[in-house]
Amino acid sequence: MHTNNDNLLELQDLKVSFFTKQGEVKAVDGVSFSVGKEEIVGLVGESGCGKSVTSLSIMRLVPQPAGKIVSGRILFKNEDLMTKSEDQMRQLRGDRISMILQDPMVAMNQLLTVGEQLGEPFRFHDKVKGSLRDMCIALLGKVKVPAPESRVDDYPFQFSGGMSQRALIAMGIANNPDLLIADEPTTALDVSIAAQVLKLMKEIQKETRSSIILITHDLATVAQICTRVLVMYAGRIVENATIKNFYKKPAHPYSKGLIQSVPVLGRPVERLFSIDGQPPSLFEMPEGCRFSPRCSRAEKICFESYPPEIMLEDNHSVACWLYAGN
Amino acid sequence: MQGYILKRILIAMFTIFAVLTVVFFIFRLGPADPVAVMLPPNATPQDAENLTKKFGLDQPLMVQYTNYLKNAFKGDFGTSFRFNEPALKVLFERFPATLQLGLVAFVISVLVGLSVGIISAVKPDSFIDRIGRLVALAGMSLPSFWVGVMLILFFGVTLRWLPIAGKGTLAHYIMPSFCMSLYPIALITRLSRSSMLDALKSDYVVMARIKGVPEFYVILVHAFKNASIPVLTVIFGIFSGLIVGSAVVVEYIFSWPGIGRLVMESYFARDYPVVQVFVIFVTFVVVTMNLIVDIIYAYIDPRIRYQ
Ligand SMILES: Nc1ncnc2c1ncn2[C@@H]1O[C@H](COP(=O)(O)OP(=O)(O)O)[C@@H](O)[C@H]1O
Ligand SMILES: [Mg+2]
Repeated sequence: MHTNNDNLLELQDLKVSFFTKQGEVKAVDGVSFSVGKEEIVGLVGESGCGKSVTSLSIMRLVPQPAGKIVSGRILFKNEDLMTKSEDQMRQLRGDRISMILQDPMVAMNQLLTVGEQLGEPFRFHDKVKGSLRDMCIALLGKVKVPAPESRVDDYPFQFSGGMSQRALIAMGIANNPDLLIADEPTTALDVSIAAQVLKLMKEIQKETRSSIILITHDLATVAQICTRVLVMYAGRIVENATIKNFYKKPAHPYSKGLIQSVPVLGRPVERLFSIDGQPPSLFEMPEGCRFSPRCSRAEKICFESYPPEIMLEDNHSVACWLYAGN
Repeated sequence: MQGYILKRILIAMFTIFAVLTVVFFIFRLGPADPVAVMLPPNATPQDAENLTKKFGLDQPLMVQYTNYLKNAFKGDFGTSFRFNEPALKVLFERFPATLQLGLVAFVISVLVGLSVGIISAVKPDSFIDRIGRLVALAGMSLPSFWVGVMLILFFGVTLRWLPIAGKGTLAHYIMPSFCMSLYPIALITRLSRSSMLDALKSDYVVMARIKGVPEFYVILVHAFKNASIPVLTVIFGIFSGLIVGSAVVVEYIFSWPGIGRLVMESYFARDYPVVQVFVIFVTFVVVTMNLIVDIIYAYIDPRIRYQ
């Protein structure tokens, strides 16, 4: 298959399933997209659509033992991660590819100091030069935690939510990874602290020149820092657009719904996605387009077979039968 | 931290005091007249009166109670009728044998229980996990007196491989310690397996892997440290249980010269000061173990230490 050498990451038809007692859950069902160097890509979609599973797959850390990458290729710097051994993957994790989990309160080990946890990416990738403690202090300073010299010895429960999220970001960027996946890094924070954390992430990206996949619920966040948006629905990517195109001419009816349901500025956000109906159960996927039962413009074919990915222009594709005619 | 430990020590002391009180009233206010119970069948009324005086049973209850507490504080829990020696001394003479057997059983239980539990959690449905679950089921459901008797019949009587009674050689330890550790192994295996499974599913473990932390470190440091918190309570509870609970049954079956057998003998011989001091001693062991667990928690869990 053709691979674009400018891409840092390219997913090709990734399928990830959970094999549970109730049956197979196709959490990710044929996802393809790529992330260019120094790009900040937003991955949006309702809760449960497969965003976290997609990102854990990239690190080959799908929850065990139920989860399994069924098929597909994960090209990172043009090498297929699916062919790597567990030890090769371990060497990439926390060094070249890293990730920030959603809830900082549970993503940190409550029984180890923040410093002990910050030092791990250095220790286990043989990056310790001089004093490990000083490296941790510098790292905390980089994510703007005040008084890092004393904070480094604190335990996670002594950190506020925003501070914990900063510490978590610090763990993610310790070794200046080429790819940083941030899984809803601001969802657990209140609005003003979330804005600070986003600003920090953008600054860090400028400095480290990493590529970032930013998973979020919040389209305002996407508009603020992303260059491109991937819209995910029920285990598939339904639209892939530049930020400009996405807001000016969203193509997929689901994307349109998302944009329309963005709340008015200044009003507190209660429920972001208020499109009628529920996403389908992953056990009983509709035959055709997964969105068809909720789509006001669905036609006969939409219920029968899944739409192909249609290129609308460079850097803008959609999976929707409405655009198949042209 | 100091405040926390001080509080625990006070609670421990209060518990011991409460048990001393309960023991006093149970032994004094029970339906049986202790003097009548203690006396041989051919005793004269004069004997009964002497005994009543000797134990101060003719005094008001509150005076008896304060004397009892005062004596207990000095380590005086009365005199054994059978040995005509202080009850506590009689108990302590037999305690080393119980402690030795208990320690052997304890070490076996912890080593086997923890390793099988951890391996089962790391590799669910593996061979070890299946065996572990079978052993856990057996250990939970088979009563130790039955296992003990079966062991004696098979290895002692039929095969004649192992000595069936007494203490002396290393071989004497095999059957009683196996018998005593079966239930604790089951308990520790089950609990450490389930708390390790929970820990391994948690976000901080995923985060550690994301950082490229090697798997053995993820398991033994990140997951196990958290999983050990619920397991520790059980482990120390088991230690007290081994010293006192299973000791009574197992020492009796295998004629092991420890405090378990002593208390049975004393019970049948109506040597009630020894029975009483046994109950108080058991309380003391349990309370001390709980105190140790609480202090260990403070070392493991910073949320307790800094509270
Ligand atoms: N450990 C698991 N076991 C079984 N199913 C899971 C597990 N983790 C995730 N899933 C399934 O995968 C789907 C996608 O989950 P996820 O990627 O976490 O969604 P989100 O888009 O909210 O991050 C969920 O709807 C869920 O059914
Ligand atoms: Mg998620």
